[in-house]
Amino acid sequence: MTDLFHSLRDAPVSAWIGIVIVGIYTILAIGAPVLAPYPEAASIGSQYQPWAAPHYLGTDALGRDVMSRLIYGARNTVGIALLTTALAFAMGATLGLLAATLGGWFDAVSARVVDVLMAIPALIFALLILTITGTSVLALVLVIAVLDSTRVYRLSRAVAQGILTMDYIEVARMRGEGLWWLIRKEVLPNAAAPMIAEFGLRFCFVFLFISALSFLGLGIQPPTADWGGMVRESAKLIGFANFATWQTATFGLAPLLPAGAIALLTIGVNLIVDWVLHLSSGLRE
Amino acid sequence: MKAVLSIILKRLMVGCLTLFVVTIIIFGAIEMLPGDIATEVLGQAATEESLNAFREKYDLNRSLPERYLSWLGGAVTGDFGISLANQRPISELIGQRAANTFFLAGYAAAIAVPIAVVSGMLAALYNGSVFDRMLSSSTLAAISFPEFFIAYILILIFSVALGWFPSLANVDPGMGLGERLYLTFLPAMTLTLIVLAYMMRMTRAAILNLLALPYIEMAHLKGMKRWRVIAVHALPNALAPIINVIALNLAYLIVGVVLVEVVFVYPGLGQILVDAVSNRDVTVVQAACLIFAATYILLNLMADILSIIANPRLLHPR
Repeated sequence: MTDLFHSLRDAPVSAWIGIVIVGIYTILAIGAPVLAPYPEAASIGSQYQPWAAPHYLGTDALGRDVMSRLIYGARNTVGIALLTTALAFAMGATLGLLAATLGGWFDAVSARVVDVLMAIPALIFALLILTITGTSVLALVLVIAVLDSTRVYRLSRAVAQGILTMDYIEVARMRGEGLWWLIRKEVLPNAAAPMIAEFGLRFCFVFLFISALSFLGLGIQPPTADWGGMVRESAKLIGFANFATWQTATFGLAPLLPAGAIALLTIGVNLIVDWVLHLSSGLRE
Repeated sequence: MKAVLSIILKRLMVGCLTLFVVTIIIFGAIEMLPGDIATEVLGQAATEESLNAFREKYDLNRSLPERYLSWLGGAVTGDFGISLANQRPISELIGQRAANTFFLAGYAAAIAVPIAVVSGMLAALYNGSVFDRMLSSSTLAAISFPEFFIAYILILIFSVALGWFPSLANVDPGMGLGERLYLTFLPAMTLTLIVLAYMMRMTRAAILNLLALPYIEMAHLKGMKRWRVIAVHALPNALAPIINVIALNLAYLIVGVVLVEVVFVYPGLGQILVDAVSNRDVTVVQAACLIFAATYILLNLMADILSIIANPRLLHPR
């Protein structure tokens, strides 16, 4: 715990920026019902109001408060992305560690399956599957989790294979330790640092992927507030932006708000990931 | 020389096998659709006669392997069957659009590849300079920004504020090349910005790795001129990784094009794929997915083969 405190104190400015960004998003996501001034999907005024009190970021085509929808979007989009990443990690890491530890036919078969899955671009594969299942949040989470777990599988397998050649593994095996004990007590603790960094990267990827699908109208469906979907709904407004006055300029910025929210969170996570990677590689030297 | 040929042949076989498995997946995935396509499309109230006519038309009465083979045979010759949604031949629907998509991706690649390779090399040579640091922060932006964010910023600046380029890329087949290049400039720029940073970063890494090797240090110690070390000693060995980087990013371009097409309402294959997915127009989805997946696999295959050929170590007998 003191280690964590020390490294936090010595963290570079970029890491601190990342931590602050992610922290703010977390607070918004958890406290959405309290923090958002208006409900998520209710129409509360006339449509397309400019950026002025009480609607600080205006209203959308259905008269919904944009700021409230952005805040709820943090909860929905980030929540679903986090769930998907966790699922992808559970599947990918379990299979990858098992493949490396067991070896033999299990390793060979699972590696081939992953090769084939990775031969098709993820977006195309997801579109193919979503045609069959239809667009629902459950289908979205499952499809992206499976596709993304292939990358986690590759990394955890490679990392575990590196660890398994170490002498202490040999010793544990000769002691007669079982498979689960090996994975839990020897492999996992040593694989933790690269896996944590990978979790951040995979989260960014999943988050951008879900936003992209929602933007295409195939992801999270309205009226649920979601950033990708909000960009899609307000996309046409950009053509009407006019920099003559503040009022008209803000009108055209509507699609950039949710898109910017996506970009900012991804930057924040990436900054933290860079720091974690640096930290773990620095400790090993 | 023989060794190179056998490696290439092996890689070709693996590539063909992958392509074959992928066609099975694309065809088979649609077969797993719950229920019967005929009832799904015509509705529960359809009469037995119309169901039979539908099955006849879409060739649903034959066994699965038979249908797969005839689909594959058709796909190879460019005949993808008929669209479920509007009953028109798919090749007619997607022919021009596929050409448009490849045009856009090629346009973006023509801008991105030279810039990326040259600036990647410069960044590696002047490692740690201001230019190099600027490059690594631009990579962060490229990884973090969703495609549509970049696209809308470009539209806001170049189309709405400055009025230089149109925000909609509605090309039609009769247009001349100049007009086409002008209309598709913003989508091509968006794609360029998406892949540029990756390509620069990977080129830089490939060259930096090389420059750290002992034989480069030896060349420097011999008192050789800096440009000669780079051009004669480093470049032949850097060619393989750079070719690999370019081909991988081209493969990424082919997929990234889907989102960009939707933003700019560009009449390409990505747009029709997205529409087909939301209409559940199964046959069109199959065709479009097959074209995208095949291009992706072939580009990856090409990358591997070119980098095998470009590897000087394999070309000279020991």
